[in-house]
Order: sequence, then structure tokens, then C-alpha cells
Amino acid sequence: MANGGNKAEEGAEIRGNILLRFAAPPAFYPLAGRLVPFFAILAAVLCAAGLYVGFFVAPTDATQGDSYRIIFLHVPAAWMSMFLYVVMAFWAALGLVLNTRLSGMMAAAIAPTGAMFTFLALWSGALWGKPTWGAWWVWDARLTSELILLFLYLGFIGLTSAIDDPRRADRAGAVLAIVGVINVPIIYYSVQWWNTLHQGSSVSMTKAPSMAATMLVGMLLMALAAWMYSIAATLSRVRSIILEREREAAWVRERELASAGGTA
Amino acid sequence: MNWGSLDAFLAMGGYGLYVWGSYGAALLCIAIEVWTLAHRARASKEKRP
Repeated sequence: MANGGNKAEEGAEIRGNILLRFAAPPAFYPLAGRLVPFFAILAAVLCAAGLYVGFFVAPTDATQGDSYRIIFLHVPAAWMSMFLYVVMAFWAALGLVLNTRLSGMMAAAIAPTGAMFTFLALWSGALWGKPTWGAWWVWDARLTSELILLFLYLGFIGLTSAIDDPRRADRAGAVLAIVGVINVPIIYYSVQWWNTLHQGSSVSMTKAPSMAATMLVGMLLMALAAWMYSIAATLSRVRSIILEREREAAWVRERELASAGGTA
Repeated sequence: MNWGSLDAFLAMGGYGLYVWGSYGAALLCIAIEVWTLAHRARASKEKRP
């Protein structure tokens, strides 16, 4: 006899199965494919709105002039560089613990986009540092720890691509990613822990409320755009990784036969 | 509106090199990544002999 308790259990089991189903590459591949254009369009719209607010609505800064407009790129890039590293380490750790196929692929898919945002944070930082500090680069805690983050990303990419067996590459990369995650709170709190040249919070935030509001809106729109872009890029890359790794699997063969003559 | 003319917009109050150097690099990076992703997606779907 089925009672309420059993029904609830059945419901939980079905939901669990749905999650598990999409954790398997054959089901995740088409799902990711449907999500990529959605997130890409969202990223483009948010980026256009953010740039409009950043360049045409937000006023010129009283102390930094228009050089401060680098903030709309610099801060979102720096946020994404740290956030993506944590997400990458999370997937890597999950793969290490549960030994699931998709986890390692997700970590590998995030790394290049994370490295790109880290590079952009450093590059835009140098171009902002020159007019405001008088130096492209200083060896201060914030800048140095962000540079270490770039080396961690590049180390992860280099290590995983140097090992032929993907599952072994995932495990080796996971250890590096997990150890390196300690660097993220160091970057984040560096401006509080050490006396750095890098400002703590943005100078614009303490100005007149109307100014702060438009600057903040522009920055948040750009941060959301960077987030949506990262999701689209990661999902697109993980699709390629899935096909590259599972090309001998039956489901890939079946897909190819089904799409023969049609569009892939 | 902050800018009286296109020249003023491009000059960025004298910081044009720094501002456009940043956004230009971002545009270039994203263009390269999108191209790489599209190329990789095509290659991964290619039929094998």
C-alpha cells in the first residue's frame, strides 16, 4: 500500500534521478547546447547596457577624470577571475571525491576563461595604474597574488594538457586546483591584511550618492555580463570536451548517425 | 550625455590610451576565445573515417 511517506520518497527519487541524468555527459551535452545561446545573448545585452551606463550615464570622476572608466572592465574581470577559480576548484574536488566524468570536464572547461579574465584584470589594472599611481606595475600584495592566480590557471592548463589519460589529468589538475584555492582569500583580503598601493574599495563609492549609484549600476551590469559570458563560454567548451573524450562511446556514434546528412 | 563630440569621446579626457587600451584588449581576448570555441566545436563534431 502506498502512503504519503512513500510518495514523498518516490518524488525525491525522481528529482534525484533528474539531477543524476544531467550529470551524465550524454544528457548534459544537448542541455548545454540549448543553454549556450541563451546565456550568450544575455551577456551581450547586459554588456551593452553596462557600457552605455559606464560611458554615457556615469559622470566623469572628480579626482581621476575619465581614467576611472576602466573600473567597468577591471572590477568585473577581477571578480570573475577569483570566482571562476573557486568554481573550477569545486568541480575538480567533486571529481576527485565522486569520480564522476563530467566534473573533471567542467573544471577543464572553466580554466581558459578564468585565465582570460585574470589576464584582463592584470592588463586593465596596469593601464589604470600608470595614470593614477605613475607605475604600470608594483609588487604589492594585491597585484602579486593576482599574478599568482594567473600562474595557477596556466599551471592547471599546462599540467592537465601534458597528461595523455584524461582521468589521470583530471586528478592531477584537481590537486593543483584545490591547493591553489588558498590564494583566492589572500587576493580578496590582501588590501586589508597588508598596506598596499591598491585601493581598498573603489574611491568613487564615497562620492555623491547619484554618482555612486550610476557608477555602481554600470559596474554591476558589467559584472553580470561577465558572469553570463563565462557560463556560455564554459558550456560551449565543455560540449567540445565531452565529444573529444567520448568519441568512441555508443551515444556519440548514434548522434552522428542520426545527424548524418543533416546539421550537426 | 558626457561627450560633446566623437573626438571628445575618443580622447577620454586625455586618458584615451589607457581606457581604450583596456577595452580593446578585452574585445580582442573575447574575440579570440569565441573564435577558438567555435573552431573547437566544429572540430569536435567532425566525422571520423
